[in-house]
Amino acid sequence: MTQLKSSLATAALLAAFGAPAMAADCPIKVGVLHSLSGTMAISETTLKDTMLMLIEQQNAKGGLLGCELEAVVVDPASDWPLFAEKARELLTVHNVDVIFGNWTSVSRKSVLPVIEELNGLLFYPVQYEGEESSKNVFYTGAAPNQQAIPATDYFLEELGVEKFALLGTDYVYPRTTNNILESYLKQKGIAEADIFVNYTPFGHSDWSKIVADVVALGADGKKVGVISTINGDANIGFYKELAAAGVSADDIPVVAFSVGEEELSGLDTTNLVGHLAAWNYFQSADTEINAEFVKAWKARMGEDRVTNDPMEAHYIGFNMWVNAATAAGTTDVDAVRSAMYGQEFPNLTGGTAVMLPNHHLAKPVLIGEIQADGQFDIISQTSEVPGDAWTDFLPESAVLMSDWKDLGCGMYNTQTKTCVQTLSNY
Amino acid sequence: MTRLMIALTALFLLCTQAMAQDATVQSVLQAHRETIEKGSRKSIGAAIDAIAASGLPQAQDVLQVWAAKEMWQRGGDGLFFRGVEKTGRQVELFDFDSGQSVGMLDRDDLEQIKPNSGVRALIGTALVQFQLSDPDPIRRAEALDAIQRSPAAELLAPLRASIPAEPDPALKDRKMRVERLLTMAYDPDDQARITAIEDMSGDLGVDMRATLNPLLVTRIVLAEGLPATANIRREVKPGDPALGLAAAYDMLIAAGLAQPIPDAEARKALLIEHAADGLVAGIPLHQLDTQAARDAAYVQLAQAGLVPRWSTAEAPEVVVTRHRFVEVYNEPSAAVTEAAEQALDEIEMRVGLNQAFDLGLDALSLASIYFLAAIGLAITFGVMGVINMAHGEFIMMGAYTGYMVQQVIADHTLSILVAIPLAFAVTFAAGVAMERLVIRHLYNRPLETLLATFGISIAMQQLAKNIFGTQARPLTAPGWLDGAWVLNDVVSISYIRIAIFVLALIFLGLFLFIMRRTRLGLETRAVTQNPRMAASMGINPDRINMLTFGLGSGIAGIAGVAIGLFAKVTSELGSDYIVQSFMTVVVGGVGNIWGTLAGAAMIGTLQKGIEWLNPSNTLAAQTYMIIFIIIFIQFRPRGIIALRGRAAGD
Amino acid sequence: MRDSFVARHPSVLIFLALLALFTLGVTVLAEGFGIGLISTSFVKTLGKTMCLCLIAVAMDLIWGYCGILSLGHFAFFGLGGYMIGMWLMYERTRLIVEGSLAQGALPPTEQEIVAAIGTQIFGVVGSSEFPLVWAFADSLALQLALVVLVPGLLALVFGWLAFRSRVTGVYLSILTQAMTLALALYLFQNDSGLRGNNGLSGLQNLPGVEAPQSVVSLWFFWASALALALGYLLAAWIVSGKFGSVIRGIRDNEARVRFLGYSVEIYKLAVFTLTACIAGIAGALYYPQAGIVNPAEIAPIASIYLAVWVAIGGRGRLYGAVIGAAFVSLVSSWFTGGQIPDLALGPLTIRWVDWWTIVLGLSFVLVTLFAPSGIGGLFDLWQGRRHPDRHGADLGPNAGALREKEATE
Repeated sequence: MTQLKSSLATAALLAAFGAPAMAADCPIKVGVLHSLSGTMAISETTLKDTMLMLIEQQNAKGGLLGCELEAVVVDPASDWPLFAEKARELLTVHNVDVIFGNWTSVSRKSVLPVIEELNGLLFYPVQYEGEESSKNVFYTGAAPNQQAIPATDYFLEELGVEKFALLGTDYVYPRTTNNILESYLKQKGIAEADIFVNYTPFGHSDWSKIVADVVALGADGKKVGVISTINGDANIGFYKELAAAGVSADDIPVVAFSVGEEELSGLDTTNLVGHLAAWNYFQSADTEINAEFVKAWKARMGEDRVTNDPMEAHYIGFNMWVNAATAAGTTDVDAVRSAMYGQEFPNLTGGTAVMLPNHHLAKPVLIGEIQADGQFDIISQTSEVPGDAWTDFLPESAVLMSDWKDLGCGMYNTQTKTCVQTLSNY
Repeated sequence: MTRLMIALTALFLLCTQAMAQDATVQSVLQAHRETIEKGSRKSIGAAIDAIAASGLPQAQDVLQVWAAKEMWQRGGDGLFFRGVEKTGRQVELFDFDSGQSVGMLDRDDLEQIKPNSGVRALIGTALVQFQLSDPDPIRRAEALDAIQRSPAAELLAPLRASIPAEPDPALKDRKMRVERLLTMAYDPDDQARITAIEDMSGDLGVDMRATLNPLLVTRIVLAEGLPATANIRREVKPGDPALGLAAAYDMLIAAGLAQPIPDAEARKALLIEHAADGLVAGIPLHQLDTQAARDAAYVQLAQAGLVPRWSTAEAPEVVVTRHRFVEVYNEPSAAVTEAAEQALDEIEMRVGLNQAFDLGLDALSLASIYFLAAIGLAITFGVMGVINMAHGEFIMMGAYTGYMVQQVIADHTLSILVAIPLAFAVTFAAGVAMERLVIRHLYNRPLETLLATFGISIAMQQLAKNIFGTQARPLTAPGWLDGAWVLNDVVSISYIRIAIFVLALIFLGLFLFIMRRTRLGLETRAVTQNPRMAASMGINPDRINMLTFGLGSGIAGIAGVAIGLFAKVTSELGSDYIVQSFMTVVVGGVGNIWGTLAGAAMIGTLQKGIEWLNPSNTLAAQTYMIIFIIIFIQFRPRGIIALRGRAAGD
Repeated sequence: MRDSFVARHPSVLIFLALLALFTLGVTVLAEGFGIGLISTSFVKTLGKTMCLCLIAVAMDLIWGYCGILSLGHFAFFGLGGYMIGMWLMYERTRLIVEGSLAQGALPPTEQEIVAAIGTQIFGVVGSSEFPLVWAFADSLALQLALVVLVPGLLALVFGWLAFRSRVTGVYLSILTQAMTLALALYLFQNDSGLRGNNGLSGLQNLPGVEAPQSVVSLWFFWASALALALGYLLAAWIVSGKFGSVIRGIRDNEARVRFLGYSVEIYKLAVFTLTACIAGIAGALYYPQAGIVNPAEIAPIASIYLAVWVAIGGRGRLYGAVIGAAFVSLVSSWFTGGQIPDLALGPLTIRWVDWWTIVLGLSFVLVTLFAPSGIGGLFDLWQGRRHPDRHGADLGPNAGALREKEATE
């Protein structure tokens, strides 16, 4: 409660000094908060370049509200506390109107208190573990029910997998996702003994023991499937070991949630053909707007560069923001937020993304098989799935829902009909 | 279920043959058009069976084309064709029935039918009957794969029938093995099954265990009302690891032998339900802020008969003791389960031994990787007493050299052969440059060498990022290093790891040779022991230091190529190995190559051992290994093999 | 005694005066109370920098004065942050949970509150039970005590083991590095009960405090300044007395000090533990300003950077450590902030975000090679103070170090 007051006071303060200046301000500033150095630079630099491309394209179309857009790029250097510092700097020193940024969950958690205190607006483009809802954040990446759950369903229904190995890097996204999946699988009648969980450090390279363990799971005659939330570089060693052990996708399929075109460009995929990944976007999506997007990206960054899912998330998020600001006639955060609900924008994979009152998108879920050229062959595409901030498969969060439009609450307990808190849990 | 399906299929077969003698494959496909378009494993069965049972000569061909993702659907009329992709988004279509080309179409007017791997497995099973006696041995092997992936009772007869005529001895062996496995699982005759189990007793294959284990699946049930024929394994007491108290009680509730007990949450809900005017059971609500107060209020409500009875006396743990629970095999035949138990016991023992051996191989492999990463450090740190924090970056430099060479030379074998000496040359030069420019000025100031080389390390890491980008780069092993050396289904090790092991041995030999048999080695040892004396004997210590440092760095470069082949090439490759390398050298004992070897062996074995104890958390293994090393150093500060006369840290 | 102490060490007085002036200046210019020339984010940066200066002083004490190059002091710094962070998280969550549960039909029981707090804090990492390490998290006084006790105890145990078996020099450095790596890896595990990689977040929101961040940031700024002043005074007092002479003696020649009858291990252990406690306090002040503490903070690289700061600032002089930490960390954040225009060198464009680390690394090599006394050495130049010319190779950070003749024997 006290925090609410303090943030209201700050908001009022900001409104008193900042708002009049903002409306008249040209150019409109767009903050880009992606690590350009450190461990996460591998993934995040691409998103910074995407944002610069999108802003350039928008300016070529005449900008926004009669103003040029100007990107303010800062480098939080994969240092989580620095994310909070840079976010504060963007909002108070540079007075940006919106921030596009973050990759890891921990960096988002670091930024949240600052964004909420200063009433900023953040677009977060990466698939994440859910269990969070902030008034000031739009989650354009997949929630677990838009990636993990459909992929698990695919394993259960289409591949007939009866025994699961949940392999992950030891951090919050795999931990929470695997927790949700474990609970989900048990509800689907999979015994606890048939779920093998393993966590490895970031950048792990010695996979022989783990791959052997997974192969040994097949000893009780059940079909084994691997759900991988292994992050980043570690995948390279993992897939190399899988290939060396001769694990074919027909015997033990692997579905990955963190392996995209970008990660595959680091290894030879001939031995991995048939293994799976679940995303909301693949570069191989056969639509006209995607062809255009890929072409613009390659023209800008070079022929050998690939596009990936978080890039599409930024593409949708940025365009929605532009449309919402145009509809609201201002870049004022509260006005834009109200205008965001129900915003529609075509997905690159076909169909339309809709912004829901819980700040998540409704997007289709795609499952692709790895091909020899490092691209994915899309073998399954669902209709749009609405993102769910609070998973239905954990007892504590099944009763929670998020609705910022009507209820004005991100953590609403549907049983007691009360709002647990209006700030997010970080 | 499967029997029903066969019956239906047979019926369908009869119908189609009777009614549509002149049916085409296309018409069968069109009859199942929607399920084929949907392509879901759940519903596709009928379509596959219809094609397989159509009796048409093209059936096998159609199924194979379908599984290979070569089936296309024409946009306008929805007809299916075999398609061959040509340039410029054109696809040439062939009619299934006639096999004739029907012309080219643009991809936009076509829909490619992409069966997922679940559907492909079903197609594979349907193909078994055609492929088991296919003239092409590859097809016959595929059929066996399909049987093993989804074994079924109805496959046993065709498999047996195909064995006598099998010309290929290897395939014949495999067929017989699969036949034994299917017999175990599906033969109607118990004696035949027991014979099959005894035939294959002691087999280490995963498939053998995968056949035996389902025979031994048990469930826990209430003893009351169990038919006398049930194949009981044992009696289970509630509280047994296999049967929790709550689970036992739930079974009683399900059987109507016990009442559900409202838990604290449910009791709270009932209290709220019966509250009125801020009072429940006469107690003001605001007083109910402890569990004891709530329990008291609930008991009062229960006494009034308003809510289900609940008291601590009727605890589930008391109730469950009044009933018997037993563990029952799903398999009805006691003789079969007994034979299977026996066979499995024997296998488990052998699997355990083999797993230990496999773990040993993994440990050996990890040790050889650590050794390779540390051997260069053992030279610079151990022999020269120079702390080189940039050692990891030399490893990285070697890996990137390997990557660069592969960009120029496409042939993987040749490129590795070029990359190894080139990596040595590049890192040798870098090492010599560093020694000349920096380290030379810092001899006798080991702590400052550490810091200066650290500065070089972060600069080099960032430089690599600026040049090569932050993405991991591919360094692909030659084809002959793909795959693994497989002893049996438990013990296997990838060829690339064997190659690294061999490389580590070569370097051990090389190091020993250089140090013991060459002029350079002699001079190095002399300079290490007493530089002044060595200088007066006509040895130039400056030159020796430079060469030794270059040698150490060069070997790090080669290690980089090897590590890049087995893991990844990124700018952070080196920093992943630097701490481990230091540990290896320090634990082993400074200044002694055998010590480094012992250190690497110890760290590798230890890490694998801890991983084995705690398989779900690899991170914990690394943590505890480091803690162990810290403690180990306390007791043997000079490492496993200590040089006499040199205190640690001098 | 006190007079003579200050009189003997005028630099302490100068330092404290400058610090007070600086604190006053920032206060006047800040958003919270002053005229708003300095943004809140910069006040936080300055406050954090002072905490870094404090740990740099500790590092100087252990390395510059006692000669132990510890590459693990950020472990203590991080532990301090974790200890205070546990209370901050617990208390903030408790207020939220109590507010929420009070809306229910029944007043919450004690167990319900604790369970709800657990779900809130650990729900993020897929758990809900309170691990044992959180036993005292509900008490500010106990957690504050732990800020000093936990790092102190870890240092005591580790130091006792290490010094007892006479691990010195480079070995000790690597061992301390292993310690911080092990601790970081341990905390990375979610099973350790401190939320794994996520760490403790939202620490900038003080529970029950309604003041805006612009004011809170100043409170922490003052607290950091006070802690730095006290820490500096303590360090200066320690190194000026007999104790200081002994530890300098240990740095320059441990064996001789031991032969003189001093228990070298006790002295080393005392300094090691004391600096760990100072580091813990610095961390406890740092992380509420940073907002989040997580295992990445105590990765070995952080402690190595600490050594870099002290080396660039100038070892063996306390103000050198402060200058080094402040200078390098501020310049670093300035360069990585993306505010500096790119430098075009013909075909090559130098983007400072990319090249700063290289500049830092190389400048570090240059300082080690050519200016072992760091930035602090400039003061000597300015005062015209020089080391006696020994006509030999440069061996140590200052004149008291090993002599050439001894070193080459």
